[in-house]
Amino acid sequence: MRPFTYERAVDALGAVRSAAATPGARFIAGGTNLLDLMKLEIEQPQHLIDVGRLDLAGIAPMPDGGLRIGASTSNSTVAADPQVLARYPVLSQAIVAGGSPQLRNKATVGGNLLQRTRCAYFYDTTKPCNKRAPGSGCSALEGLNRNAAIFGASTACIATHTSDMAVALAALGAQVETLAASGESRTTPVIDLYRLPGDTPQIETSLAAGDLITAVVLPPPPAGGQIYRKARDRASYAGGLASVAVAGGQVALGMVALKPWRAHATEAALAAGASPTEAIARELEGASPLGRNDFKLPLVARLSAAAIQEANGRGA
Amino acid sequence: MTSVHDWTPNNPVKENRSGLIGKPVDRYEGPLKVTGTAPYAYEVQPPSPPAYGVMVGAAIATGRISGVDIAEAQATPGVLVVWTHLNAPFQAPKGTKAHPRSSAGSRPALENDRVLFFGQPVALVVGETLEAATAGAHRVKLTYAEDAPDVDFPGSLDRAISPVGEEDMEVGDFPRGFAASPVQIDATWSTPIQNHCQMEPCASTVWFEGEKCVAHTSIQMVKPAQHGLAETLGIPRDDVHLLTRYIGGGFGGKGQTYDDLILAALAARALGRPVKVAYTRQQMMHGTIHRPATVMQVQLGAEKDGRLNAFSMMTWTHCHREGNFTEHASNFGRALYAAPNRLTGHRLVKLDLPGAGPMRAPGEASGTLALECAMDELAEKLGIDPVELRTLNEPPTDPENGRPFSMRQLVRCLREGAQQFGWDRRLPTPGLVRDGRWLVGMGMAAAIRGNFLLPAKCSFSVDADGVITVRQGMTDIGTGTYTVLAQIAAETMGVPLGQVKVEIGDSELPPAPGSGGQFGAATAGSAALAAGQNLRTAIAELATGDEASPLFGGRPADVTFQDGVVAIANRSETLASLIRRAAPEGLTVEGEIKPAQDAREWSQQTYGGHYCEVGVDPVTGEVRVRRMLGVFAAGRILNAKTARSQLTGGMIWGIGSALTEGNPVDVRYGSLLNQDLAQYLAPVQADIGDLEAIMLDEVDDKANPMGIKGVGELGNSGAGAAVANAIYNACGVRVRDYPITPDKLLAGMIARGM
Repeated sequence: MRPFTYERAVDALGAVRSAAATPGARFIAGGTNLLDLMKLEIEQPQHLIDVGRLDLAGIAPMPDGGLRIGASTSNSTVAADPQVLARYPVLSQAIVAGGSPQLRNKATVGGNLLQRTRCAYFYDTTKPCNKRAPGSGCSALEGLNRNAAIFGASTACIATHTSDMAVALAALGAQVETLAASGESRTTPVIDLYRLPGDTPQIETSLAAGDLITAVVLPPPPAGGQIYRKARDRASYAGGLASVAVAGGQVALGMVALKPWRAHATEAALAAGASPTEAIARELEGASPLGRNDFKLPLVARLSAAAIQEANGRGA
Repeated sequence: MTSVHDWTPNNPVKENRSGLIGKPVDRYEGPLKVTGTAPYAYEVQPPSPPAYGVMVGAAIATGRISGVDIAEAQATPGVLVVWTHLNAPFQAPKGTKAHPRSSAGSRPALENDRVLFFGQPVALVVGETLEAATAGAHRVKLTYAEDAPDVDFPGSLDRAISPVGEEDMEVGDFPRGFAASPVQIDATWSTPIQNHCQMEPCASTVWFEGEKCVAHTSIQMVKPAQHGLAETLGIPRDDVHLLTRYIGGGFGGKGQTYDDLILAALAARALGRPVKVAYTRQQMMHGTIHRPATVMQVQLGAEKDGRLNAFSMMTWTHCHREGNFTEHASNFGRALYAAPNRLTGHRLVKLDLPGAGPMRAPGEASGTLALECAMDELAEKLGIDPVELRTLNEPPTDPENGRPFSMRQLVRCLREGAQQFGWDRRLPTPGLVRDGRWLVGMGMAAAIRGNFLLPAKCSFSVDADGVITVRQGMTDIGTGTYTVLAQIAAETMGVPLGQVKVEIGDSELPPAPGSGGQFGAATAGSAALAAGQNLRTAIAELATGDEASPLFGGRPADVTFQDGVVAIANRSETLASLIRRAAPEGLTVEGEIKPAQDAREWSQQTYGGHYCEVGVDPVTGEVRVRRMLGVFAAGRILNAKTARSQLTGGMIWGIGSALTEGNPVDVRYGSLLNQDLAQYLAPVQADIGDLEAIMLDEVDDKANPMGIKGVGELGNSGAGAAVANAIYNACGVRVRDYPITPDKLLAGMIARGM
C-alpha cells in the first residue's frame, strides 16, 4: 500500500471541492472494496476523503411517490427498510444477494454502485489488464474467463460489473444524484452511470473527476410483480454467474456486461405479448459468448424466464 | 519390544472413573481464542519493538531473475533492509544436514536466481512498520528471463510415470476378472488443485537472545521446524527455541516450514531486533503447498448379484518439478471392498507448478470422490441399493494382504446412518422428488482412513498445590489437543480439570511428532497416559513411604487417585497436602509411547458412512446441501465435542470439494486462479444445512493403550461423494469433473432435456 493522506469531510460541498483541488483524491465510505484494492496497489490514491460520516444517509419518500435513498445509507439499512420491502422488494432481494452480512453492514449505496469488477485478472497484478494498466492487454480474453461478459464486451475488456443492487436499480429505472465541485447537482439514470469498456475500460463511469454520488432516487414502482434471482457458485458471499431483476415489465440482467444490462429487447417483446421464454431469447440474440462462458446463455434464458414468470404470474 | 498385547491391561483412561474421557468438555484454550487473546505466532509480543518483513513473490512460473533494481524499495521511508538472491545472508545449501540426526535439512530462502514456481518468494523487504515494508515490497523491480512453463496437467497424462519406488498393487488377474464380469463400470473422474486456506496464514516472529534464536511460528510439527531452521542458519539445534503455541489451522499445509520462518530469523539476526514475517492471503495460494489435481479411472466388474469380481483404481497426479509428493488417491481402495481380482496404482507427472503436498485426508479426499461415485453407478446398474451393494462386498479380512482387521464397523456405520437418516425414503429413480422449485435427492458414501501411532514422549508434573502440568512438544492446530491432554491428565491423576495445566508447542518440551495424518491424539495422548501412570507410581511410592502420610506403609499398587485425593481404602489425604509436605518442590516424571512391533499385523482403519440430501435448482443447476449425516467408528472418543467438530469440519470440506473449491491453472502463466477467499470458494455458513456426526461406541485395543483412533481426516473421506451421489439422485446428472458447479450441472440437465 502506498502512503496516502486522509481527511474526514465536513459536508458534501467541502468533499467535492477538496476532491477537485487534490490530485489523486478518492472518496471513501465503507471502504469494503477500495481498501482491498489499495493493499494490492490496484488503487493508489494519494488522498482519501472520507464521506462515510456525511449527512447523506436516510430514506425518504418523494413527492411523486418515489423514494430517495441517501448515498451513505448502508446496504443493510436499505434492504431492511419497510418502505423498500413493501414497494421495492426487488431492491431488497438484490442487496441481500450480494456480499455477506458484514460487508452489507459496512458498504454504502454510493460505494456499492462504484465497486470495481471482480475479474480475477484485474486482481492479479502480475497479469496484463487494460482496466488496471491501460494498454497492457486483456489476459482474461484468452484466459479462464468462465464469468466473462456476454454483452457489450470489447477485445480490450470482457469483465462484468458485479453489483447486485445496481441490477435492481436498473430494472426500477432509478436515477443517481451527484454533486460536482461547482456545486451543481445532477441526476443520471443508473444505466447511464456506467460505460461499456470499448477501448478505454479504465474509464468506468460517466462521473467527472470529483463528482460525488449523494443519493439514489427511485421512481414510483412500476405496476406488476418484482423479483431478483441470482445464480452463484455458493449460497452467500459469491459474485453471481448471472442475475435478473424484474419489476413489472422492466427487466435488467446482472453479471453479463460491464454494467447492469437493461433488457430492452425483452421488455419490448413482453409488451408485445411474447412469452417470457421468447422475450429473453430476443435479448440473447445480441449476446457474444466466448466459449468458457457459453453456459451463460442458457443460464440467463432459464433464470430470466423463470423470474419473469414468477414476478408476473405468466406462463413460460 | 512392545506388542499390542502389552496394552491390554487396564489403565486409568479405560477405567474412566471420573467419566472425563469422552465428555464434551469445552476447549481448554477456547476463552483465549474467542476473546482474541490467544497469541498466534504473528501476534506474539517480542521483548523489544519488532521490524516487519514482507515478501515479494515471483511473477513467473519458471526461469531466472535477470535483473534486480531495489533502489526505490530501499529509498522507501521506513524500509530497513531489502534482500534478493544477490544480497541475502549466507545459508546452508538446500538439504544440508550438518547434524546427521536432524529431522529436516536446510531450507534456504532467496537461494539463487532460479524461479521454480509462480509466487516463489524472491525478495524480502523489512521495515519499521508493516505498511512501510509493504510499500517497499511493491517497489522492488525484478526482471525475468522466463522459460515456457510446463504446467498443463491434463495435457501431460501420457508422460506420467510410476512414482519412484512404487509398483502397482496387483491381486489375482484384474483384466480377466473385469472382462468376465457381466456388469461393468469404467469411468474417469477429475479433481482440481485445492488450497488449505487456513484462517491463520504461515507466519513467524523471531528474535535472538544472545546466540539463541527464539522462533514463534505456525507449524504442525515442532522438531523438523526447529532442526530445519538450525540447519539453514548453520547453528546448533539447541540454539533454536521453536514455539508454536496457537495455530489457526494446519490441514497438512503447515507440516513443513516456509520462507516466513527462515527470512524472519535471518532478518532478526542481521538487524539485531525481533522480526515478524507473514504470508499474505494471496501469497498462501502459491507460496505454500496445495492438494494436487487428479485424474482417476475406476473400473468395477461385478456379478449380477452384486459381488465384485474385479476392482481397479488408477490415479494420475502431479507434483513440483523438484519434488516427489504423490497424491495416493488409490491407496484407500486397497482395504475397502472385497474383490478377488485387483489392480491399483499411481502415475505422477512433474510440472512447474507450486509444490504439491498433503491436505486434509490426502488420498481419501480425492479418491473417494471417484470410487464412491463409481459404486453408486454400479448399484444403479445392478438395481441394488447402494448400502446393500457395499454390505455385499464387505471383506472378512484385508482384501489385499489378508490381515485381520483390528476393528471394522463399516457396515454398522452404514446401517446406523441409513436408519437415522431415513434412507428408506429415498427413491432409486432420479428426479422424482420435488420441494417447491427444488429437485431433491439423497446420496450416500462410505468413509475410510488409516490409523497410526508414532513415537512420542510427555512429562507430567505435580506441584505443591496439587496442580498437574502436562508438557509436550505437541501442537494443537485447532483440533483440541490442549483439551484432550487436559482430560487424560485429569482422569489419570484423579484431579478436576481445573487443576490441570497444559503446555505444548515448544521444542524444549519432551518431543512428540505433532499433528498430521490423524495420528495426533492417539500418539500424544498415549505418551501422556504413560507419563500419568509413571507419576501415579511416583506419588504412590511417596505417600506410602512417608511416615506423616495416612497412607504410610500401604502397598503403592493399592493407592487410588480421585477428586484430588490419594487414598488406600479409607485412609486418605489430598494430593496437594501430600506434595506440599513430602515433595514441596514438586515431582516431574516422563512417559513414552512407541509403536508396537506387531501393530501392522492387523489392518487398522477408521470407518464411516455419509448420508446427504441436496436440493438442485432445475433452472440454474445450483446445488444446496439440505442435510447431511455422518456415522463414524474411530475407537474410543476422547472428547465428544472436539471430535464432532473435527468430523463435521471434515464433512464440510467434502461439501466444498464436491461443489465449489478449486484453483484452475492458467497454463499460459503457470499460475492459479482464485487467489483470495472471495474467489476461492470454501463453503460458507449458508452452504451448510443440518449437519450431524454420530460416533459409534468402539474401543480398538490394537491401536494404542487407550483404544482410541484419529478423526481428523475421516470426516472428509467420502463426504463429497455422498453429495455428488445425492445430486444424481436429485436430477439424474452425473458430473465427474469436480467441483460440480452450476455451469456443468446445467449442461447435463439440458442434455437430458430438462
